[in-house]
This record gives sequence, structure tokens and C-alpha cells, in this order.
Amino acid sequence: MDPIFVNSKKALLNLFSAFLPDWTVVLVSIFISIGAIMVLGPFTMMYLTWFERKLLGRIQNRIGPNRVGIFGLLQPIADGVKMLTKEDIVPEGADKAVHLLAPIAIVIPSLLVFSVLPFGRNMTAVNLNIGVLFFLAVSATTTLSIFMGAWASRNKFSLLGGMRSVAQLVSYEVPMVLSVVPVILAAGSLSTVDLVESQGGWNGFKWFVFTPWGFTAFITFYLSGVAECNRTPFDIPEGESEIVAGFHTEYSGMKFALWYMAEFMNVFTVSGLTAVLFLGGWQGAPGLPSWAWFFIKTYALVFVMMWFRGTLPRLRVDQLMGLAWKFLLPLTLVNIFVAGLWFFIPDLRWRVGTAVALLGLTFWALMALNRTALPEKRTYEFAE
Amino acid sequence: MSPPVLEKTFQASDPVLQDTETFEVNLGPQHPSTHGVFRMNVKLEGETIVSLKPVMGYLHRNHEQIAENMSYLGSMPYTDRLDYFNSMSNNFGYALAVERLAKIDVPERAQYVRVIMAELTRLVNHVSVIGFLLNDLGAFFTPVLYAFREREKILDVFEEVAGSRMMCNYLRFGGVKRDLTPAVTERIKKIVRGFPKFLDEFEGLLTRNEILCIRCQKVGVLPYDLAVNAGITGPMARASGVNYDLRKVDRYSIYDRFKFKIPLGKIGDVYDRYLVRILEMRESLKILEQALKEIPAGPVMNPKFAALAKAPRNFKPPKGEAYGRVEAPKGELGFYLVSDGTAQPWRYHVRAPSLINLTVLEDLCLGHKVADAVIILGSIDIVLGELDH
Repeated sequence: MDPIFVNSKKALLNLFSAFLPDWTVVLVSIFISIGAIMVLGPFTMMYLTWFERKLLGRIQNRIGPNRVGIFGLLQPIADGVKMLTKEDIVPEGADKAVHLLAPIAIVIPSLLVFSVLPFGRNMTAVNLNIGVLFFLAVSATTTLSIFMGAWASRNKFSLLGGMRSVAQLVSYEVPMVLSVVPVILAAGSLSTVDLVESQGGWNGFKWFVFTPWGFTAFITFYLSGVAECNRTPFDIPEGESEIVAGFHTEYSGMKFALWYMAEFMNVFTVSGLTAVLFLGGWQGAPGLPSWAWFFIKTYALVFVMMWFRGTLPRLRVDQLMGLAWKFLLPLTLVNIFVAGLWFFIPDLRWRVGTAVALLGLTFWALMALNRTALPEKRTYEFAE
Repeated sequence: MSPPVLEKTFQASDPVLQDTETFEVNLGPQHPSTHGVFRMNVKLEGETIVSLKPVMGYLHRNHEQIAENMSYLGSMPYTDRLDYFNSMSNNFGYALAVERLAKIDVPERAQYVRVIMAELTRLVNHVSVIGFLLNDLGAFFTPVLYAFREREKILDVFEEVAGSRMMCNYLRFGGVKRDLTPAVTERIKKIVRGFPKFLDEFEGLLTRNEILCIRCQKVGVLPYDLAVNAGITGPMARASGVNYDLRKVDRYSIYDRFKFKIPLGKIGDVYDRYLVRILEMRESLKILEQALKEIPAGPVMNPKFAALAKAPRNFKPPKGEAYGRVEAPKGELGFYLVSDGTAQPWRYHVRAPSLINLTVLEDLCLGHKVADAVIILGSIDIVLGELDH
């Protein structure tokens, strides 16, 4: 079961090599990988929308989509048809070229990052030796497309959303990158494939999440990742109760669908990268194929993001920035130091003790310093 | 045409040039969080509000003028449309005004039924307001749908007694339209028994939630003095510590028979307004319990006025004026009537709590962020039908 996808690709290539010259086989191999990603990306997005609606429905004591197909499984297709047939409205005074380019420009990086995700054993489209860096760098460009869309719409809500999103994405980029550093220290490589392999063993005790620094980095990375995807409780760039729909207020039809596609693919890839970095990627008990483990872990993290959406209210702009700069950034910096100490101290008891003590102390100190932002308890009097 | 000449020459040190430009945004009338067709003309400095002008009137429909051209009873269904969340309370206020004008007695059982319905309305209103407030905070529809689950149960009771879920039109001068059947009484008892459990669950998820606390605490503070001077009433005033509840002050109808307390906040921010509403619901449940226990048997309509529904034009109250007010869920809802002895009121005026509570909106919002303006508006609790009557 495990190498089913790898073997089928090999068989296909063997078939081609029988009657095609050698150099074309390499090209065909590349196109097969690209084709797989191009199918997987939109397909993931379609079913994530269904999954989210179904899950939110259950959280909210509803059933969710159930009219189109069994369990509403054809709902994404119906949505797609609706999106395609909708009128495409471009506001008067909008910068038409940029308005058109922005949703296209945001889908490209979201698809590009799929190429370095290891979906299973030997199932990475491109084994880049700077895979993680590539992922972070490419996903950072989404900021630009969001601001393009916001600016080109010539709408004040869009502009507010665009400004918010630039501020937020740039801020959360910092703790996100810094929380990857300890993992790279541990694995000694930036390649996603090497990262997964260094967390080997079926029992999972070598997953980075089971070390104090790994756990901290996991939480900070995941939180920053949620912010990078513009998901609740960090969805201020598109906060529908405040600025209507933020940067995509003026988009309709298929352009709107492209924004959504990018958002959901980001949700998937960020969850996937979190699984790769901290939860051992495709490593797992031998009973299931490696790619199944990857998808199980990724969807578990996606589930948590949707759970956030169904549960939490939204933070305010300044509070959001405060969380990134006053809390996550110092914590990730200390975490890098802790990870360094971990590899420096030979004795197991000592290194666990130091790491837990240092992280605990930092956490406590940051909580004490940020006390003004913490809730207070109220009492009420009752008059006759 | 020559270009306009600037009267004033700007210096480099002029604050106008040094500051960044303000940014004018119209929140509404088609905006997801203005609770209808309400517009806020907001000037922003970055994201901070430097000026806010409420613009209303999109739902204006000459409510008072229409009522002045109608029989007294004919206005009863129109009062439903004032605050369409709480039609029972609106009916109550109008019925009180007319009964005071024409000196009509209300039978004992009808008084109890009225109180039960008014308190159920309060539950409906507060629970939905809290749900919508959370929606404005960005909790994606989860609290509001749980709130609506409870609201549905009460609306089912309304439908059974009045025939309509929201536009109840249930009260009549001198009583109520239809008696409570034992089945309905049993149903209300069941709701009252189950409601505290729901409130505990609701509060367990919300009251100590960190995000809700930091978003709501110290935001939109309404000081005691401003609340009194601006004539703010209802839960909004009580959150600022103003001990003013018409059920205690006026003791209208039979409210003097029940034991209940008035929760008062100390700071008057959005969080206090949220929690005061929750505490008020708990007190309402106490009233409901007592009322359901003590409700006597008997007629629900003053027999002298029972035939009025057939010929409303025959109802001509004596010359004079009357003001009937109730503690509606949103605040003091008053109806002022002047009769000239004909079948139509000479003057009909509504003191709408939504409108008067909204007057402090700018004071509450200045200096806060756009996101706060939305939750402050949500915590004021307006309904456009009443605002633009």
C-alpha cells in the first residue's frame, strides 16, 4: 500500500520510456508531479470548504450542507458552478489590471508551496535542500497579492483590510520563522524530507513536539500559521462584522473563488508543514501507509483551525500586534536559546530540567509583563 | 474660472500638515453589523475613531402619524413593529397608556399573563442581543445559534398563545386576547426550569473567555453622570450603576408582588452591559417562577371591554392625556397619548429606548478602534424599527 503512488508513477514512466527518448521521460515525470499538485490543490480546497461547513454546522447544532449529493458531498461542485456563472463585477474607478491580477497572484504561491511538502515516503515533488526556507519565502508573498487586491478595489473597507493584513502578516512572519529555527538546529537541514527522516521510528518518540522546545515551537508556529492564513481568531483582514469582507469586498464570481481557494490551500499547507516540522510528517505506526499518516496529521491540524473558527471571537488589531511582538517574539527567541542548550548539555535530566525551567520562567515573566492585557474579575451588586 | 485661493497659508509646523490625513468611512446602511439599515459616518485616524455621526431614518415610516389616524385598538398591531424583537412589551406599554387614559381595570389573571409574557420577552431579547454581540465580536455564529435555539422555544409559546411568533398583537385594553391553556402553562414552566441550565452553559463558555474579556473590558465606558444626563435607561444605564428600573420605580401592573433584584454594574463598559443582561435574565426567571406559581384562575378580559375588538371605533376615551411606560428589555418604553374625546388619539408619541440610548454612541466610541465601534453599537442594543419609528 505504502508506495502505491510512487509505483504507479514509475509504471507510467516505464510505459513512456518504451517509445519516447530519455530526456522527454524526465519532462513527463515533472509534468506528472505538477499535474498531481494541480489536481490536489483545488480538490483539497473544494473538500475543505465542505468539511468546514459540515463541521461548523455540527459545532453550531445544525446539520450543515446536505442537499446536494449524499451528505452534501457534491456541494463544492454546485458552489463551483455558481461561482463560474456569477457576474464578474469590477467597481468603477478600480485599477482593472491589478484587480484582475491579485486573485491570480495569490493562488500561485499557495500552489507552489505544495511542491516541497513530503506527502509520504519518497512522495515529495521537489526535494529542495532549502525546502523550509522556500516554503516560508513563497508563502510570504501572499501579503503582496492581498494588498494588490485591496488597493486596486478602490474601496475603503478593502483598503482598511489591506492595511490590516500587511501589518498582521508581516508581524506574524517573524515568530513563524523563528519557531522553525530550533527544528532546523535539531535536524541539521532545511530540507523537508530530511526533517521528516530525522524524526524517524514508528513509536513517535522522536517527534520534535515531544521535547520542551519543540512543544513551545509547535504552539508558536501553529498560532502564527493560523494568523498567516487569516483564520479566526486572527481574521482581522477580512473581519466580516467590522470591515464587511476586508480585502475581497469588491470581488465576485470566480475571482472571489480564487481568494477562497488560496485561503483554504494555505490552511492545508500550513497544517501540513506543522505536521512535517513537529509531528513527524509521514512517520507513523507501520499499519497504515506513510501518506495516510501525513494526511491524518494534517487534517487533525486543519480540524483544530476550524474548531477555532467555530469557537473563538476575534482579537482587535492592537491586541493582535501585541500578541505577536510582546509575547510570541520573545518566547520564540528564548526558545532558540533553550534548544541550543538542549544540544549542548549531555545529561538528559539536566537538559530537560533546564529547558522546562527556562521556558516556564519566560512564560511566567511574559504573562506578568503583559498583565494589563489580561481580563479582570467583576462583581455586581444587587439593588432592591 | 480661477482656482480657489486658500485663505490660510499653512506653516510647516501646522498640525494639519504634520498629522496624517483622516479617513472617512460610512459604516452602513448595508453593513453586516449595524443591525439593520443604520449608518455611522466615521472619521478615522489610522484605525482610531476621531468623529462619529449616526445617520438614521432609513426605516422611518410615520409610525406616530399613522397611529393618530387610527382607532386606539388599531394601533396595537403597529406597536409590534416598533421593536420587533419584543412585541409583547410594546403591547404592554401601549395597553397601560390607554388603560390609564380610559381608566380600565384589568382582571387579576390577565395581569399575571401580561407579566409572564413581558418577562419571556425579556429573555428573548437579552439572549439574542448577547448572541449578536458575540457575532459582532467575530465569533462566527456559534453563540447566536445557541441563543436562537432557546429563543425558538419561547417563540413557540408566543405562537401558541397569540397566533404569531414575532408580531404577537396579544394584549388588549382590559386584558389579553386569549387565555393560557394548561398545556401552554406547562410548556412555559418547562422553559423556565430549563433556562438556568442553558444560561450556566452559555456563561461557562463566554463570561471568562479571555478574548471576550480583553475585547469588552474598558471599551465604550459610559460614566454614571453621562448615563443620567443623557437619559439612558434599561440595562445600559444599570451597567453604569444607575439604579433605575421601572419595575421597581413605578411598580406598574403587579410587579410589586414579586421578589427580584436589580443587578448593577460599576464601570459601564461593554462587558458590564453584557453581564448585567445575563444577571437580569436570571432575575426574570425568578419573576417567572413566582408568577407561574401564584397565577390565579379567572377571566383574562374585562367583560366591559370584551366587545371592543368587534367595534374598535366605538371606543372613545374621555378627554385628557396619559403616559404609560414599561421597563422594556431595551429601556424605558413610554407611550404618551392625548385624547380629544374622539375615536382617534389627538397625539400619540413613543419614547423609544433605542433612540435615546443611541444618543451617547459618539461619546462611547471616540478614541476607540473601528472594531470597537461595532461592539459598542451591539452592546447598546438598538432595533431599527424602534429607532426610526
